[in-house]
Amino acid sequence: MKKIYLYGSFIITSIMLVACVKQVESRTDNLPALQPINADLTAGTWKTILLKRPDTFAVATPLAVSNVNYVAELNEIKGLQKNLTSSQNENINYWAAGGVLRWNETMRELVAKYNLPPYQNADGTYPIPSSTNPFAYPLFPFANPPYSARAYAYISAAQYDALVACWYYKKLYNRPAPSTTDAAIVAKAGASQLPSYPSEAAVIAGVTAEMMKLFFPTEIGAIEQKAKLHEDAAIMSGAATRSDIVAGEALGRQIAQVFIARGRTDNAGKAVGTPTDWANFETNTKVKGEIPWISQDNPKRPGMLPLYGNVVPFLFDTATSRALVPPPPPLTGSDKMKQEVAEVYSFTNQPSPENWKLVLFWGDGAGTYTPPGHWNAIASEDFIKLNLSEVKWARNLALLNMSLMDAGIVCWKTKYTYYNPRPSQLDPRIKTLTGLPNFPSYISGHSTFSGAAAAILGYLVPNRAAAYTQMASDASKSRLVGGLHYRADCEMGLQVGAQVGQYAINKAKFDGAN
Amino acid sequence: MQLLLKYKSTLLAIAMLFTITSAMAQTDQDAIMMNKNLFCTGLMYGTSSWNKYWEGTNNRENLNLGTISSNSLSVMGNYGVKDNLNILFNAPYISNKASAGVLHATSGIQDVSAWVKWMPIEKDLKHGTFSMYLLAGASTPLTDYIVDYLPMAIGNKSNTLSGRIMLDYQLNKFFATASETYTIRGNTSIERNAYFTTKMFLTNQVALPAVNTLNFRTGYRSDWLIAEAVLTQSKTLGGFDITKNNMPFPSNEMNATSLGVNFKYEIPKVAGLSLVGGGNQVIEGRNVGQSTGYYGGFFYILDFTKKNKKKSESKTTSTQNK
Repeated sequence: MKKIYLYGSFIITSIMLVACVKQVESRTDNLPALQPINADLTAGTWKTILLKRPDTFAVATPLAVSNVNYVAELNEIKGLQKNLTSSQNENINYWAAGGVLRWNETMRELVAKYNLPPYQNADGTYPIPSSTNPFAYPLFPFANPPYSARAYAYISAAQYDALVACWYYKKLYNRPAPSTTDAAIVAKAGASQLPSYPSEAAVIAGVTAEMMKLFFPTEIGAIEQKAKLHEDAAIMSGAATRSDIVAGEALGRQIAQVFIARGRTDNAGKAVGTPTDWANFETNTKVKGEIPWISQDNPKRPGMLPLYGNVVPFLFDTATSRALVPPPPPLTGSDKMKQEVAEVYSFTNQPSPENWKLVLFWGDGAGTYTPPGHWNAIASEDFIKLNLSEVKWARNLALLNMSLMDAGIVCWKTKYTYYNPRPSQLDPRIKTLTGLPNFPSYISGHSTFSGAAAAILGYLVPNRAAAYTQMASDASKSRLVGGLHYRADCEMGLQVGAQVGQYAINKAKFDGAN
Repeated sequence: MQLLLKYKSTLLAIAMLFTITSAMAQTDQDAIMMNKNLFCTGLMYGTSSWNKYWEGTNNRENLNLGTISSNSLSVMGNYGVKDNLNILFNAPYISNKASAGVLHATSGIQDVSAWVKWMPIEKDLKHGTFSMYLLAGASTPLTDYIVDYLPMAIGNKSNTLSGRIMLDYQLNKFFATASETYTIRGNTSIERNAYFTTKMFLTNQVALPAVNTLNFRTGYRSDWLIAEAVLTQSKTLGGFDITKNNMPFPSNEMNATSLGVNFKYEIPKVAGLSLVGGGNQVIEGRNVGQSTGYYGGFFYILDFTKKNKKKSESKTTSTQNK
């Protein structure tokens, strides 16, 4: 009898256990096809970021739909649609959720893959990833938060300008979608009222693939394959013909060059600095009578991208980015600072499980898509519900990512202006609940990024504004209770971030997309 | 019970853990049964540490961790439902810390594990005795501890289910035992809602690969003394390597081969009381710590037979030891 009871309970346990061993799926694995509520047919008039005009790059007049060569293109689609394999159908469904979304996810994935600090040399120095020798260890790039914020911003901004140009030509040439012209073609990703020439999928694929060459040079092969899959999906789903794709891809790649040219001269290439620069930060801080930041990595690692604060911002000029640097933190010898240190110790001495979870949730450290990536994930999952057009998607993500990049610039300028030590440097009893970043404390990067993101997202999705504010507050608080930052770093970070976000809001108000 | 810990915990965490609760006299790993109505219970203290680990196949140190050390205190028990059917349990408290760097230490009650141990075959041969054991085990987290904090997390916070076959041969006072264990592990929920393994996952759910373990032990076994050498080889069936200079992750491939020794001594003057101890060294691994561990503890047998209330020393040993 006992035996039966025992075995019975084991069988029940087994069933319960097996029930929770299931395939892990991502939240965006099985999205429905994007069906924009508003096709934004006039988006060709929206204000671009770097492009002077939407027609800076010419797109040739397409063939008439009655032209025999165009009819051949329609036949290509019909032939493909007759014999779609399951992997081709999967590919169609994957991209149908939205090209801007999928490439944003791809960017986040690459950032996570490349966000690893280089391992030290035998002599205790550190190798620096090189864009001219990207395949040698350490692989280029080290996609840390400032690097990735800039990558997200450039790629999103370039996608936006490219799609504005795309929409301009769509309206100009007004070539109907293949399924409209030929009833035998099935609109497998949903019917679209949008003119198909040039293909928005190909514009996004072209501009993104081209931009990625700058930011993830070791991934070019994989990215080009992915761009091809994106275009294949557009053709096979009946959304675009071959000539829509060719024109779109060319337009995207050309527009990318404008952004790449800016990227090569925006001072990011000099952000690592030199050993002299590194020594000067320390000396200058000591001259002021302050305790300088010291790396707590072992061996000591030069601070992360110390001259990133000189990168040319998107939303304002360099003088403004200087002006946004906040006043100094409490002096390292002051009573105020002693209180701040004591507060951090009080949180980390006996950490509560709730706080620890918060710290890990918002940690976004090495090997992750970084805090800017986290905000892209938050934004994307909200945008999915809004059924935005591709061009509106790109516009919103461009505004978000320009905010994040510029927040990073002001934050980094602040960090290396004051060169303020971390709590665990001033009080070695303080242990951190997640990895300690290797750069000065004031102001908190997480807080600055989050303040900026919450501001612009609150404008873009007003009914979520309170939620974004709460998330920013949580992200900021996590750095205090995790032992990484003082309260002053977090509070000022949120404030500075919100100020940066306001510039994006001001831009958004007048870009014609509202 | 050392192996049970290994299954449900992260092996890097475990590579420091997995020596801490090495073999007791009546564990799920050895070919010994408690007689009917006897309950053996005890406490075990274990300590282990490593300052080198395998990042993939690359054996390295990490100056930002220094030496990772793990201490544990486990409560264990083994009840004889029948002479050839036992149930066993184990629940450890674990604390982990790093000697260098700034990462906070962790501690907490980890997972409870339970086994049903059945000996369907026990046969006296011309020379010696052969026996076969079948075991089924399960474990579940007892507390809501932090997971996404390797190598310092105290475990994987995952439910597990194990099956084991074990063969034993005893000739006079010498024995050899071999076993193979297969463990499936339920998904674990980490604290973040996105993570990268070899691709990006937008979820907090992490699938953990199954684990296969081979265990071989041999030595001296009498009513009052057991001394044995143990070789254990554990492999995850899947998982990925830690990328260079990255932190470990619960779904890494984690393999370890370890060598150890165990002792158990029955104190003649106190019926039912025994002392145990031992040590263990990971000699080869992948994405685990190269840990060295020691443990010690005591066990006491309570007799729940109705007619016989006094503790019986003679009943503490294996039925096939006669």
